[in-house]
Amino acid sequence: MLRSAIVGYGALVVGLAAIWAVHYFVIPWTDVYFTSVAIRIGINMLAVMALSLVLGFTGQFSLGHAGFMAIGAYSSGYLALHMGVPPMLATLIGGFAAAIGGLTVGLPSLRLSGDYLAVVTLGFNGIIIVVIQNTKALGAALGMIGLPQATSFGWTFTWLLLGGVFLRNLIRSPHGRMLMAVRDNEIAVRSLGIDTTRAKVTAFVLGAFWAGIAGGLIAFLNASISPAQFSYDRSIELVAMVVLGGTGSMSGPLIAAAVLTALPEVLRPIAQYRMVLYSFVLIVMMLARPQGLMGSRELIDLFSRRKKVAGV
Amino acid sequence: MTVFLQQLINGLSLGAIYALIALGYTMVYGTLQLINFAHGEVYMVGAFVALYLARWTGVVDNPSIPGVALVLLGAMAFCAALGMTIERLAYRPLRKSTRLNILITAIGVSLLLQNLGLLLFGPIDTFPTIVPETQWEPMVGLVIRSNDLITLGVTLSLMLGLRHIVEKTQMGRAMRAVSHSRDTAAMMGIPVDRVISFTFALGSVLAAAAAFLVAMDKHVIKPDMGAMGGLKAFVAAVLGGIGSIPGAVLGGFMLGISETLVSGYLASTYRDAIAFGILIIVLLVRPSGLLGRHTVEKV
Repeated sequence: MLRSAIVGYGALVVGLAAIWAVHYFVIPWTDVYFTSVAIRIGINMLAVMALSLVLGFTGQFSLGHAGFMAIGAYSSGYLALHMGVPPMLATLIGGFAAAIGGLTVGLPSLRLSGDYLAVVTLGFNGIIIVVIQNTKALGAALGMIGLPQATSFGWTFTWLLLGGVFLRNLIRSPHGRMLMAVRDNEIAVRSLGIDTTRAKVTAFVLGAFWAGIAGGLIAFLNASISPAQFSYDRSIELVAMVVLGGTGSMSGPLIAAAVLTALPEVLRPIAQYRMVLYSFVLIVMMLARPQGLMGSRELIDLFSRRKKVAGV
Repeated sequence: MTVFLQQLINGLSLGAIYALIALGYTMVYGTLQLINFAHGEVYMVGAFVALYLARWTGVVDNPSIPGVALVLLGAMAFCAALGMTIERLAYRPLRKSTRLNILITAIGVSLLLQNLGLLLFGPIDTFPTIVPETQWEPMVGLVIRSNDLITLGVTLSLMLGLRHIVEKTQMGRAMRAVSHSRDTAAMMGIPVDRVISFTFALGSVLAAAAAFLVAMDKHVIKPDMGAMGGLKAFVAAVLGGIGSIPGAVLGGFMLGISETLVSGYLASTYRDAIAFGILIIVLLVRPSGLLGRHTVEKV
């Protein structure tokens, strides 16, 4: 336990050093376009990781994760634009705002399960967008413009690394195992006297927090945000990434996020077929390999010769 | 008072559409316990098939009653085939799979159809006036349009037809048996796969009719019309109690009327939020809906 914790924090320090080294010594000489794609990949990875905690590890089907990204993006954008809060601090506060949103949505709706939960979260996503569209202070349907462009390569991947370490540690903790148990057999877990609603709400709130952070990073990416960016399509995109990568794997969805974000850039000429391709792959995947690319395995398992104990 | 009556008429007409689509959701949910997310897209395809049929057969240029009937029936037949194909190719192979997987597949099918529609049909199209439109003003400020009467008339006759099929025919009895318990029905020798296929066809026929009525009235059709339309109809089905046929009708009309009343008296910009608000309240207070059966999750 102690050893794995030290490895975790060691990796964190090394990772941070590497990210900022790249930020200061590589990025200034890199093509702007390439950097922007890398940043978008990082943001999508963070959002997908947030959903992966809810959908992949806890088995709760949220179809409204873009709504939490919207809360994060708009609250951090508002703080930075009208109150002069530094953008990255605003992003953090935006994450907390999204977490509160997650609590508000999660508390009542997590009593439901499966398809009903999917539709309720979808509904909340819709309501959040409608409210933003009708709020003058948030720029209504036109969106918020003139935001500081503070989302750099370094910050994006710092947040991603923090999120990754957090999720990894959570999953390996007793709390994380409880979440996975809820996913695998909720009735069995409840019969052990565990409050499954509480466990699900916790996962939901944490998932919303990291989605909010991803939203904040989007807010400070292109100096403007609009409600349409956080619609149902975005939520579906995130679900597709998690499902394709593998529900119950951490690295699988991250790989899927990277590939599916980069793919349309590579295949510019067929950009209009992007959504057709997504949906087609989604169906084929469900029919042929419903557990996703990685299933519940991790990237590292593919390289280590040591057989892992099932479920760890 | 006239405002109220006017919104009531508008609401009945809108509610009829929701009810027709909601019936498809509720029947499929009854037999498969699946939210058929692709149902809204079947509805969208119905509108475009009707448009292209009207163009190819020349009904656009010289509308006639048989011509209009041909367009409507053609769209219904096409959608029935589409619904059965979706079930056969995408849902049947996953019959034994977890519900999450089937749900994701359904979302995939819905997205696929919507985006294929965008590629094939373009972002927007205009449905010509093939049904003559008139209106009456029995009171000052109260307008009754012929389209509203046609919508209500077609909807009511389809509902009576559906009632006959479900209550009086062999296939209807099989449908009810499958929705009661699929396994028991199979043991009694009911061809479950065929019944499910028929259910999809029936739901799709109603969706096509709804699409025709909307296209005839609004004249604007888009490949994404099924997303919001389908979602609201689904809300109507949940409101009435998913799995319950009278529930879907009741839910459809209630949703339609409350939407028009809200946009008439309050702000129309919040119109789309009404459906979701209702959905959330229903699910929290009475998840089985107004007329639904309450089921307990068992091990």
